[in-house]
Amino acid sequence: MGNRTITRADLCEAVYQKVGLSRTESSELVERVLSEISDCLVTGESVKLSSFGSFVVRSKGERIGRNPKTGEEVPISPRRVMVFKPSNVLKQRINDALTGQAGK
Amino acid sequence: MIKSELVQHIAEQNPHLYQRDVENIVNAILDEVTEALMRGDRVELRGFGAFSVKNRPARVGRNPRTGQKVEVDEKYVPFFKTGKEMRIRLNDGVDHGDD
Repeated sequence: MGNRTITRADLCEAVYQKVGLSRTESSELVERVLSEISDCLVTGESVKLSSFGSFVVRSKGERIGRNPKTGEEVPISPRRVMVFKPSNVLKQRINDALTGQAGK
Repeated sequence: MIKSELVQHIAEQNPHLYQRDVENIVNAILDEVTEALMRGDRVELRGFGAFSVKNRPARVGRNPRTGQKVEVDEKYVPFFKTGKEMRIRLNDGVDHGDD
């Protein structure tokens, strides 16, 4: 398994290499793409990126949780959460790449 | 919102770019994330969230209808954890914490 952590800087570099914009502009656009996706999710709308996956916002009602250390029951407040559903293509590509590697 | 709409919105905000450039930018980002996960690397985008790969070891499962045992191979699955800032934004500025 890999042990690197990819960050915004790596995404900017990829955009810079592949698209031919300046480094500054590449980094601005990576930011724009992420904030466009975030802003859309905050309104409650899903974002579907074909062959990659979709980001969905789910509303969760109040439920009773438990403090695992003390066993004490505590109410968990209602909230909205964001869920990533990877596409079948993405799941397949990752699994093939990593199980193939392990077998060699 | 789907990918083509995302591309269109960003192209509208950047009139000096062709729609095709924006499409290449979005694809470059998604490809970079995909390739990182294919190497088993983690992708951390502060404020947004982090992508990683989890290993699910081989196990003996059961067909729930027949109760018959089935071998399930080891697999690697993508995983996403929402970033703190995103979590707070989804809840009108309230931080409910993890999970």
